[in-house]
Amino acid sequence: MNTLTNARSKPSFGTPELLFMLSVGVLVIVVAVPMLLIFFNAFWVDGHFNIADVVKVLQRKETYQALLNSLILSGGVTVTGTLVGTFFAWLVTRTDLPFKKTMKLLFLVPFMLPAFIGALAWKMLLSPRAGYINRLFMDVFGFDNPIFDIYSYAGIILVETMYLFPFVFIQVSGALERMDPTLEESARISGADLFTITRKITIPLVLPSILSGALLIMLYSMAHFGTVAVLGVETGIYNIPVLIYEKIHQSAGSFDSIRTATVLATVLVITAALILWLQNRVLSKGKYQIIAGKSFRPTELKLRGLRIPMLIVCIVYIGLTIVLPTATIFLVGGLKTYGLPFDLENMTWANYNHILFEWDLTRDSIWNSITLGLASALITMFAGVIISYVIVKMKVRGKGILEFLGMLPFSVPGSVIALGVILAWSGKFGINLYNTVWIILVAYIARYMAFSLKANSAALEQVHDSLVEAARASGASMAQALRDVVVPLVRPGMVAAFFLIFLPALRELTVSVLLYGPTTRTIGVAIYTLNEDGETVYSAALAGIALIIIVLGEVLIKRLVTSKNGA
Amino acid sequence: MAYIELNQVTKRFGSVTAVDRMNLEIAQGECMAMLGPSGCGKTTTLRMVAGFEDLDDGEIRVGERIISSKAKKYYLPPEQRNFGMVFQAFAVWPHLSVYENVAFPLRIRNLPKAEIHARTEEALKHTNLFSVAQGSPDDLSGGGKQRVALARALAIRPDVMLLDEPLSSLDPHFREEMRFEIKDLQRRFGFSILYVTHDQSEAMALSDRILVMRGGVVQQIGTPLQVYSNPANRFVFEFIGLSCFIEAGLTPAGIRLGDASYPWPEGVVPSGEIIATGKGLLAARPTEIDFVSEGGIRGEVLRKVYLGETIDYRVRVGDAEVRIQKTRRTQGPSVGDNCGLRFIYPHWYPVQ
Repeated sequence: MNTLTNARSKPSFGTPELLFMLSVGVLVIVVAVPMLLIFFNAFWVDGHFNIADVVKVLQRKETYQALLNSLILSGGVTVTGTLVGTFFAWLVTRTDLPFKKTMKLLFLVPFMLPAFIGALAWKMLLSPRAGYINRLFMDVFGFDNPIFDIYSYAGIILVETMYLFPFVFIQVSGALERMDPTLEESARISGADLFTITRKITIPLVLPSILSGALLIMLYSMAHFGTVAVLGVETGIYNIPVLIYEKIHQSAGSFDSIRTATVLATVLVITAALILWLQNRVLSKGKYQIIAGKSFRPTELKLRGLRIPMLIVCIVYIGLTIVLPTATIFLVGGLKTYGLPFDLENMTWANYNHILFEWDLTRDSIWNSITLGLASALITMFAGVIISYVIVKMKVRGKGILEFLGMLPFSVPGSVIALGVILAWSGKFGINLYNTVWIILVAYIARYMAFSLKANSAALEQVHDSLVEAARASGASMAQALRDVVVPLVRPGMVAAFFLIFLPALRELTVSVLLYGPTTRTIGVAIYTLNEDGETVYSAALAGIALIIIVLGEVLIKRLVTSKNGA
Repeated sequence: MAYIELNQVTKRFGSVTAVDRMNLEIAQGECMAMLGPSGCGKTTTLRMVAGFEDLDDGEIRVGERIISSKAKKYYLPPEQRNFGMVFQAFAVWPHLSVYENVAFPLRIRNLPKAEIHARTEEALKHTNLFSVAQGSPDDLSGGGKQRVALARALAIRPDVMLLDEPLSSLDPHFREEMRFEIKDLQRRFGFSILYVTHDQSEAMALSDRILVMRGGVVQQIGTPLQVYSNPANRFVFEFIGLSCFIEAGLTPAGIRLGDASYPWPEGVVPSGEIIATGKGLLAARPTEIDFVSEGGIRGEVLRKVYLGETIDYRVRVGDAEVRIQKTRRTQGPSVGDNCGLRFIYPHWYPVQ
């Protein structure tokens, strides 16, 4: 009795508060400070709040052009990606297309492939003069002009669409599969034909999923650096992230260029916030309960005469978006000199040998990417589980701040995070990490914390409080209860978090391209810079190695996850 | 006269025969309930009538029209059959208002605006939905949603109403209410009903005739009373109402249970074929067994449980356990007593 009242009357500062403060501290340093510095630099000139200067920066031709390009490109990609994604989602869920299951898996493969590697491949195939396909048509079939110029708005939109359409595909095919088939059957029995049903019932019901996927494409495309950087450089097409990159890299850190970059970053953040706000509204307003109760399969549209043509469309699409670019990467990586025809006598293993075993630059980059990926995944996994625990399970005041801070980077484009990290860790506050591998690590932790929080919170929410209470009632201390009950139950969430971070970190370009130093290139940066320097074959060979590592990683996870679930 | 006619209707899914050579006639204005355990083929049958499934054999007619025929390879699409259908999961469209849900089939038919309005309002009034017509069906309870589905089906004034477990998703107290509403609407509009359910009391209360199915094969078709009092086989006996069975040895003169011999209970003699096998299954309803002090089939009371209005006994007879239910006013034996049983309406079935 006595101890109870004591505990209550004291302004207690126990383990929960300590954990809470620690979590807040970590998130403030890693996430909040860099973000605030961006806004500070953008709006604060010579100790004054200054909006006129911001407007001036925005009115400059190049800033204005970057904004416009970002809008054109992400708008175009959103439209095409949504159309392609919705069409294929409908095809694999609602028709009698042959090999539907296989096709469904194949349509998810582009998600694994880094878009900038795809861009690289398409550059080799369709650049106006040197591209293999264009040359084939001009040299062999006698065309006067290249058949397609990939260095154009259309080219960039096309390439981004190939790698971003799965956002819509996943959302829509999921919704179509889970949708109660009787919603459509009741329309049929009411007298509507399949076309009318699709128009009046099916599409309106999955519209929230379509829109939400479309907004994800838009968000991603807005913040996307690689494809635009690779394909736009020749014709001077650049978007906001590319301009930020140029400002930071080419102007050697002058105040004006940093300011321009922060203004651009602010615009990106606002756009992203707007997109996410819209998505939230779409999801909360249009969340129909359309989940199936009974297990009858939905009526499949019989394609009849179109069955084989549609299959061919799918195969051609997959061939063009996955097989052709991948093959190109590996083949070009094996050429003695870029531009030679693919004859056996022109092929060599030397490039692969060189980048794997001889050249420090590429060997370093592989090592850097793997260690950075492992380190950031491990750190965010553990930090994520602790912070999620505070958010989900503990009754501490102000944990909303934690959630906000942790999830913030989820909506913040990579270039913005990188810029913030530069502002925070380049000696301004006594610590200079610039040009070291640590600055990239800090940026990765900020960037991927949200992934870890999502996975871990989801796992923790499944662990009901009564499980811990039962352990305590059985005589376990809080620490024992955590160790013996909570941790084993959230372990799948932690494993998921680890891979959700490790794999994207392996192929990361947008963040590290702003942060790399002479010896701290990541794989992405190395591929990108080699390509910039005209070392096309080495760039392709390294991209090939990267693809192998990525695919192996994905397969390994699938193995791990399925065997875990099976046990 | 038969209005809906199923002729040798068969449906296979891979190697499983879901519906096996089914014959069924439903008269105009009749309510036919298809009853059976899950997976017995009742829903598949309904979906074939609706036109959602093709046939592997046989044909289906409505009136003079053939609507599905394997031989003619002709299937009238569901949207042209002019049936009303109500699904277990309601299947009302959340993106349309209650009014628009009900008006949908009429708009599809391109009826004049005034008529659409009149018929929608009529259907809404009959289902007590008029006050919530402009709202979203998502705001309604399960019973409310099912009323929307009913109104939508009514709006086209169908001759045939197909109901696929329409009450299973409802709270128990709503079920009884909806049952009567459906019956009431049928009386008013005179459509035929084909009703799928696994709930026997629902089937009994609602339908003119019941069809009991098992493994795709029709077991019995008859009025609720016929099916209940004269089950065609052991399965039907067990599926409808409470039941208990005693396996007995048969001789030409009577039955043998363990070492004891008895004459035929109540003089009901099984068929010659069953006697010839030497074994038979004596089936009885627990409420239709009396305790007698002298004679009867002898057994020992194992358990006696008071269920309020009734008392539930378990009595061992030979190797079998017999369940008996008596009202609480009836004097009965105690646990451990030796007692005699009289089977008031015994049925005999072959031992499988």
